[in-house]
Amino acid sequence: MTALRGLLRKEIFHILRDRRTLTVLLALPVVQVILFGFAIRTDVNDVRLAIVDPAPDDATIALRNRFASAGVFRTVAVVPRAADLDPLFQTGAAQQAIVFEPGLAADLGRGEPGHMLIITDATEPNTGSLLQAYAQAVVQGYQQELIAAGRPSAGPAPRSAAGPPLAELLEGPPSAGPALRGGPAPRAVAIVPAVRLRFNPTRASSNLFVPGLMAFVLTIISSLMTAISLTREKETGTMEALLVSPLRPWEIIVGKVAPYLVIGFISVVAVLIEARLIFHVPLNGSLPLLLFEGGLYILVSLSLGILVSARTSSQRVAMMGVLLATMLPNVLLSGFIFPVESMPAPLRIVSYIVPGRWFVLIARGIMLKGIGLDYLWRETLILAAMAAALLIVSTRSFKERLD
Amino acid sequence: MIESAIDVKDLTRTFGSFTAVDHISFEVHSGEVFGFLGANGAGKTTAMRMLIGLLTPSGGTARVAGHDVYTESEAVKRSIGYMSQRFSLYEDLTPRENIRLYGGIYGLTMPQIRERTGRMLTRLGLARVADEQVRSLPLGWRQKLAFSVALVHEPRIVFLDEPTSGVDPITRRQFWELIYEAASGGTTVLVTTHYMDEAEYCDRICIMVAGRIGAIGAPADLKKQFGVDSIDELFVRLARPETAVPESALPERLS
Repeated sequence: MTALRGLLRKEIFHILRDRRTLTVLLALPVVQVILFGFAIRTDVNDVRLAIVDPAPDDATIALRNRFASAGVFRTVAVVPRAADLDPLFQTGAAQQAIVFEPGLAADLGRGEPGHMLIITDATEPNTGSLLQAYAQAVVQGYQQELIAAGRPSAGPAPRSAAGPPLAELLEGPPSAGPALRGGPAPRAVAIVPAVRLRFNPTRASSNLFVPGLMAFVLTIISSLMTAISLTREKETGTMEALLVSPLRPWEIIVGKVAPYLVIGFISVVAVLIEARLIFHVPLNGSLPLLLFEGGLYILVSLSLGILVSARTSSQRVAMMGVLLATMLPNVLLSGFIFPVESMPAPLRIVSYIVPGRWFVLIARGIMLKGIGLDYLWRETLILAAMAAALLIVSTRSFKERLD
Repeated sequence: MIESAIDVKDLTRTFGSFTAVDHISFEVHSGEVFGFLGANGAGKTTAMRMLIGLLTPSGGTARVAGHDVYTESEAVKRSIGYMSQRFSLYEDLTPRENIRLYGGIYGLTMPQIRERTGRMLTRLGLARVADEQVRSLPLGWRQKLAFSVALVHEPRIVFLDEPTSGVDPITRRQFWELIYEAASGGTTVLVTTHYMDEAEYCDRICIMVAGRIGAIGAPADLKKQFGVDSIDELFVRLARPETAVPESALPERLS
C-alpha cells in the first residue's frame, strides 16, 4: 500500500505546514475547556449576601454563622431594616438577602414556626433558583442541628412545616416573575423548609459540559476539517489528479481523513486530561470504552464532512454547510447546553437523529455514572448504525460526484 | 504502432437537455501530438474528461490505450497521465515531495522514484529548488514540473488540458519543447488549447464546434482544404460562422 502511505504522508505534511490551522486545531480543545469551564458555569460561588437582623438573638447569630461558614456565601452588608436592601440589590452589591424577624429564638423556643425571609436576585432564573436552594439548605442544616441537640420541639415536624407558612409562600408569584422585570423577588421561607437538595455531589457544572464539549470539539475537527481539506483539493484542482489516478475512491477518502481521526483522538484525550486536572471531572467508567465510542462518533462526523464536501466545491460553502448540518444541531440539540427533556416535542423528535445527542448520553454515562456497555448498548448500536450508514452514503456520494 | 492510442466512436455526453458532446468519432495515433481546439463550451474539455474517466459517457464507445473506458477504467487510468490547467501540484509540498507522491500513487518503487526524481529535476533545471515549497516557484517552473509529474509513471498517453493558459510566450515555447521530447519518446499527447499558434505545432488537430467535430486533420492539410492562411482564420470561420466576416470586408471594417 505504498500509494496509500504516500497519500497519508502528504496529508500530514499539509497539516504540519499549515501552522495557523494546526495551532487552532490543537489549541481549540484546550481553550474550549477553559472557556466553557469558567464562563458557562452554573455553579453557585461567592454569593454576595446581605443580612437584615433588627434584633440579633441566639438563633439569628447561629444562622448567620452557618451562612458565613458554608463556603459559598460572602456577607457584604448587615443592615437594620429591610428597606435598606433596595439600593444593595439595585446596584448589584447583594445577590441575596436574609431577613430575620425579631424574636426568632423565642418562637423556636416555644415550638412555633420561626419566620424569616430569603430574597434572591433572580435576574438570571437558573442562578436565582440555585441560590434559593442553597440558602434553604443552610437553614435546614441549622434545623437538623437543633433536632440533633435534643430539642425536637424547637421546630415543628417537617410535614407540618410544609403546611400553612410554606403553602402561603408557594401561592405567591414565582420568584422569577417580578425579578426578571429587574427588581429583587421577595420570598419568605419558614425556618423549616420542606425542601430537599439533590445536586450532583460535587455541584460542578463542568461534569456535565465536558462530555458535550468532546462532541463539539470532535465535530469541529472531524466534520469541518474533513470538508475543508476535501474541498480545498477541489479548489486547487489536485482532486482531479487523484481521481484520474488508479487510486480507488476509498483510498482517497482514507488518505484524506485518517490524519484527522488521529487528531480527533488526541483532542479527546487532551480534553479529558485537562478536565481532570483543572475541573476534577471524574472518569468513573472505562477509558477504552469511552475512546471506542469517541471513535464511532468521529466516524459519523467524518462521514458528514465528506457528504458536505461532495455537495460543495468551495471551502467557504463547505464551512457554512458544516456549520448548518453538524455544528448547530450538535450544539443545540444534543443536550450539550440545553437539556433534551425541556425541548418542545418536535425538536425532541429531531434530536433523535442528531448523532451528538447519543454521544453526549454515552459519554455522560461512562464518565459520570461509570456505567458500561450493559447499559449503553442501545445508544452504542444507534451510533454504530449511524456511522455505518453515513460511511456508505458518503463514499457513494463521493463516487457519484464524478458525474 | 498499428493500434491507435485513442479510438472514439459516436461518443456523446448530455447534461439534462443540453448535449455537450454530440456523437464525435476520431482516432489518435500512437506517438502523435494531437490538438483539441474549440471555443469555450464547444465540448473539448467534456470530451477529454470522458476519456480520462472523470465523466461517464452518455453513449458511444471509447478506447484509450486499447482499453474500454467503461469496462476497463482501471487499466485506462494506469496507462494515462493528466495535467489540468491548474497544474495539479500541491503547493505546500516541495517538487521532490510532489514527484514522490505521484510516483507512489502510480505504484513506482522507491528506487524508481529516486532515480526519476533526480533525472527530472536535473532535466528541468529545478535541482536547486527541489526542497522549496512549490508555491514559491514561478508559474513557468510549476507548469514544467506539473508536466513532468504527469509523466512520472511513463504513461502511454498524456492528456494536457489547456496547459499553457496564463504563461508567457517564451515559457510556452519551452513547454512545447518538452511536449515534443515526450512525443519523440513514444508518448502520445492529447492537448487542448486556446492558442492557435500552438495548433500549428500539433501533428493533427481537431476543431470542435458546438459539441461536434468541425474539422480534423494535419494543420497544413486543413488550411489547404478550407483555403485559409492560418488555423486562426479557420477557427473563426468554423466556430462562429454567423459572425464570421468575409475577408474582403475585413480591411474596411478595421480602417
